[in-house]
Amino acid sequence: MREITYRDALKEALREEMIRDERVFLMGEDIADPFGSAYKVTLGLSPEFGTDRVLQTPISEQGFVGAGVGAAITGMRPVVELMYIDFVTMAMDQIANQAAKIRYMSGGQAKVPLVIRTQGGPGRSSAAQHAQSLEAWFLHIPGLLVAMPSTPYDAKGLLKTAIRLDDPVMFIEQKLLYNTTGPVPEGEYTLPFGVADVKREGTDCTVVATSMAVVKALRAAELLEQEGISVEVVDPRTLFPLDIDTIVQSVQKTSRLVVTHEAPERGGFAAEVVAQIADKAFGYIDAPIQRVCAPSVPPPFARNMEDFIMVDEKKIADRVRKLVRGEI
Amino acid sequence: MNDEIREGPPQDLTGEQLLGMYRRMRLIRAFENTAQRHFEAGEIAGFLHLSQGQEAVPVGTCTALRRDDYITSTHRGHGDVIAKGCDVKYMFAELYGRTSGYCKGKGGSMHIADFSQGIIGANGIVSGGLPISTGVGLSIKMRGTDQVAVCFFGEGATAEGGFHEALNLASLWQIPVIFVCQNNLYALSHPWDKTAYQCELEHRAATYHMPADCVDGMDAVAVYRAVRKAVDHARAGGGPSFVEAKTYRFLGHYVGDPALYMPAEERQAWHKRDAILKLGRQLRAWGYLTEEKDAQMATDVEAELAAAIEFAKSSPIPAPEEALDDLCVHFDYLGHPLQGEKRS
Repeated sequence: MREITYRDALKEALREEMIRDERVFLMGEDIADPFGSAYKVTLGLSPEFGTDRVLQTPISEQGFVGAGVGAAITGMRPVVELMYIDFVTMAMDQIANQAAKIRYMSGGQAKVPLVIRTQGGPGRSSAAQHAQSLEAWFLHIPGLLVAMPSTPYDAKGLLKTAIRLDDPVMFIEQKLLYNTTGPVPEGEYTLPFGVADVKREGTDCTVVATSMAVVKALRAAELLEQEGISVEVVDPRTLFPLDIDTIVQSVQKTSRLVVTHEAPERGGFAAEVVAQIADKAFGYIDAPIQRVCAPSVPPPFARNMEDFIMVDEKKIADRVRKLVRGEI
Repeated sequence: MNDEIREGPPQDLTGEQLLGMYRRMRLIRAFENTAQRHFEAGEIAGFLHLSQGQEAVPVGTCTALRRDDYITSTHRGHGDVIAKGCDVKYMFAELYGRTSGYCKGKGGSMHIADFSQGIIGANGIVSGGLPISTGVGLSIKMRGTDQVAVCFFGEGATAEGGFHEALNLASLWQIPVIFVCQNNLYALSHPWDKTAYQCELEHRAATYHMPADCVDGMDAVAVYRAVRKAVDHARAGGGPSFVEAKTYRFLGHYVGDPALYMPAEERQAWHKRDAILKLGRQLRAWGYLTEEKDAQMATDVEAELAAAIEFAKSSPIPAPEEALDDLCVHFDYLGHPLQGEKRS
């Protein structure tokens, strides 16, 4: 199978859905050529589809996210790009109070087929306002779906589904994943929301990981394999809806659980997974459940400090090793 | 004969239309009074933001709209949605928290919506509807129809960032939105002249290169004319417009607010300018309305509201667990897939 980048997989999804459905349009800052968006996902789309359907906006997050909400509830299918997830604060009312709630408040009258594509995560010395991982905010708001693809294959299949769903989706990418490559079939496919993917099978410990942490968990699993420790890596792919059943099944096999993500530990997605496993699979767990996450501080600028707070394969491997050896 | 009557009947509205406007204004006033009574009797829960005094603005505005045009509204939105076509029966059912209400009891007073006639929601967040209306206008332009969107908001919203972002984008994209500011002089207790250094709204509109009109919001015909001009402009592809209607909130911010911040003389002066009384005088002078017809209309309106209250009270109360429904199209609140909803 051919290998393409995460960036090109996303671009293909956008392109195919724009061809498939003329109601689909893109909107956001700097998305038109020649700049083609901050991480170049939309590069090449404005010449093909025109600047009416690749609608570049001024820096006006509340304005254009709100415009996406208004367009979505009146017959269009906007895909809005928020350049950095950190900028979501400027648009939070339109996401949390409007997009997420219009259907519920109206007693089910409205459909909100809105996708908000954005990206987060540390790793480029971008500091505290360009490197956060804010997915837990959206997970906590009823009415929003949250997707966090970790591979090119998942990115394309999930984005195509997100665009076709009639519910608002926070589609959260990771800035260091754009250049990663992976197999993506030539033909048409979509991936369902709410179905986890076991990225690697194993028997000694389950590691639930999201986004960039999946890449790091897989590297940790390779390191541990050399030591005779077999790790199963489960990627939920969508945080809500969450496929807890696949995680439960994995834990039933391994009896140990580590949850890892790049976001700060306190109040994060991992806490939700841990709580659900404590509820649904308590009897299968033979060791303390662990979280490997960023400490709850903002992303710092200096390289060594950023490395210090970031989740990496060594931190994940160390924790799994201790857990399996009974040292925790 | 004073000025309001000397002008003679407007040539651009029929007697039937004018009587329809008058009836709708009376219906709004009576709806608000009825809601207030039943709220004070403890039958209606939550907040109630009433709009007595402002009736000419939504009715004048919506007289210039078609059924397939859109409106966004505010927390003080009963009048706006009745003017656009909401049935008071389903509104009271909503206020009583019944399944037959517009939002099945999930929205209440601040969130009444009827998507089937372009009423895409009142809004509990000040300025929340402004960016949304811009998106509605964008959608109209992209779909290539000749619909328009009206965004109702109060003068309090003009200090919010969402106001400026919405006007800027609407102007940049030249989309068919009419921003109708119901300037009732108070944002809760905060007076209009303490909102900005320069308060005249036409200057704000000019900043965004948008045609603007400032009209007497106690004159339904004047509001109609200003909005009609803006609607015609938008339908013809001319882009957005701004209409400021100067009006007055006869009561406090919500039921229970004694409104000590509104001077008694000011309140009396505005009550004398009551838009319903004015239109009634005009209609009688122009020969469209008799005392008898007027009395009959009052009786009819009261009967309609009594029937609406009866409908609401006799409607089924939702099962508590219905709180878990209507969140997403494709998934239930736990994330389990819902059957029977096909993807678009």
